[in-house]
Amino acid sequence: MIRLSIPLRQALARLSLPVLIAAAFGTMLLGKADALLAERARIALADALAPFYAAFAEPARALRDAAEDMQRLLVLREENARLREENERLRRWQAAALALEAENAMLRRQLDFVPERAPAFHTARVVADGGGVYARAVLLSIPPEMQVRRGQIALDERGFAGRVTEVGTRSARVLLATDMNSRIPVTLEGSRVRAMLVGTNGARPRLQHWSEGSRPAEGERVVTSAEGVSFPAGLPVGVVRWTEGGVAEVELFARTDRLDVVRLFDFGLGGILPPEAIARPEPRARR
Amino acid sequence: MVGHPEPSPGLLRRLDDMARAAFPATGTALLMVLAAGPSGVPGLVPAATLPCIIFWSVFRPGAMPPPAVFLLGLLQDLLTMAPLGTGVVTLLVAHGLAVAWRRFLVRQSFMFVWLAFCAFSAGMALLGWLLTALLAWDLPAPAPALHQAALSAGLYPAFAFVLSRIHGVMRRAEETP
Repeated sequence: MIRLSIPLRQALARLSLPVLIAAAFGTMLLGKADALLAERARIALADALAPFYAAFAEPARALRDAAEDMQRLLVLREENARLREENERLRRWQAAALALEAENAMLRRQLDFVPERAPAFHTARVVADGGGVYARAVLLSIPPEMQVRRGQIALDERGFAGRVTEVGTRSARVLLATDMNSRIPVTLEGSRVRAMLVGTNGARPRLQHWSEGSRPAEGERVVTSAEGVSFPAGLPVGVVRWTEGGVAEVELFARTDRLDVVRLFDFGLGGILPPEAIARPEPRARR
Repeated sequence: MVGHPEPSPGLLRRLDDMARAAFPATGTALLMVLAAGPSGVPGLVPAATLPCIIFWSVFRPGAMPPPAVFLLGLLQDLLTMAPLGTGVVTLLVAHGLAVAWRRFLVRQSFMFVWLAFCAFSAGMALLGWLLTALLAWDLPAPAPALHQAALSAGLYPAFAFVLSRIHGVMRRAEETP
C-alpha cells in the first residue's frame, strides 16, 4: 500500500467520483464508436457465465414450474372445461387435416412432386435473459460439438422466435422477434399479402408496410416470407390482431416471454446480416 | 507482517473484516448475474441493481466505493443489451447523490427512505432513457423506462429488508471486540 498524506488521500477520494463519471461517458463513446468491441466483451462475459447459468437453470426451472403448478391448481376446473371444448374442436380439425393429407398424397402421386428436404436443426437451452430495458433477446447455452452461425433461425415448439445475432464459443444470443430492432418479412397466409413484422419491445410486434388496399384480416395467420433471402417461406409466426387504436399487431405463436428450449434451424441462408459479419471470420471454424 | 514466524493472531479477524468489506459489491454482482437468468421479467437486472447500490451507498458507503459502482455498472451493461456506458453513468450518478444525501437519509424512517428511493428510481429511469435516446439518436418508447422504475421501486422493500438484516449483523460483529 502506498502511503499518502491524509489531505491528498481525501482529495483523491473526492475526485474519484467525477473522474469515474467522465470515464463512464468515455465508455459510452467507446461503445458507440466501436460496436464490435462492446459485442465482443458481451459475448466473452456470456461465454464465461454460460456454465454457471446452465448449472443454475435446472433448479430455477423447477422453482418456476412449482409456482406455475400452484397457479394452475387454482383454475383447474375452468381449465378442464376449456380443454374439453378445445379438444372437441381440435378433433374436428384433425379429421379435416387427415382428409387433406390423404388428398395431398393422392395429388402428389399424380404430379411427380419432388418434396423439399427436411431442414436440419439443433436444439439449445435458453439459459439467461439476454435483453434489457430496451432490448429483447435470450442467451443460449451451446454444447461445444454444435455448429451455430449468425443468421440461424430460432423456433420454439410453436413457431418463429428470433434470429441468432451473436455467437461465442459456449453461448449464442438470439434477438427475439419482439425486439425493437427486429424486422421480419412476412406473408399473410390467406391473402398472400407481403408485409413487415416490426418489433416494438412489447409482447406483440406490429405489422407494417402491407400492400395498398389489402388490409390484413383479424385472425389471419402470418408466416415468414422468403423475400430478402434471410428466411425460408412458410414458418409459422402468429395471427393478426387489430388493436382498439387501429394498429395491426401480430400475436406470436412462440411464447417469447417464457422460452426454455429453442430449435436452431440452418436453412443455409445468409441474407442481410449486420455489417461486422463481413469483416469477421465465421466463429467456431477452428473446430 | 513479513518477519512473523506464524500467522498473527489477528489473521482470522482481518479475513473477517475483508469479507465484510467485500460483501456489498460481490453480493450485488452475484445477484445481478442471478437476475439475468430466464425469469421472464424484462429489465430485472437494472431493477435489482439500483436498490442494492442505493442501500449500500446510503448505509455503508465505505464498502461501495465509486470504482466498485463503475464495475457493477459495466457488468449491468454487458449482462443486458443496453448501450455500453449508460448503466455506468446512471449508477454513478445515483451513487453520488445517495452519498451526498446519506447523512440526511440515514436518520429517516423506512417509509421516507422508500419514498426517496422511488424518486431515485424514477430519476434514474429518466436518465437512462435520455442516454439511450441520445446514443440511438431516436426516441425509445417511454413504457419500458416506467416499467423499470416501478419494478425497481417495488423491489426495494424486499431488498431493504434482507440487506438491513445483513447490515445489522455486520454492525454487531464490528462492535463486539
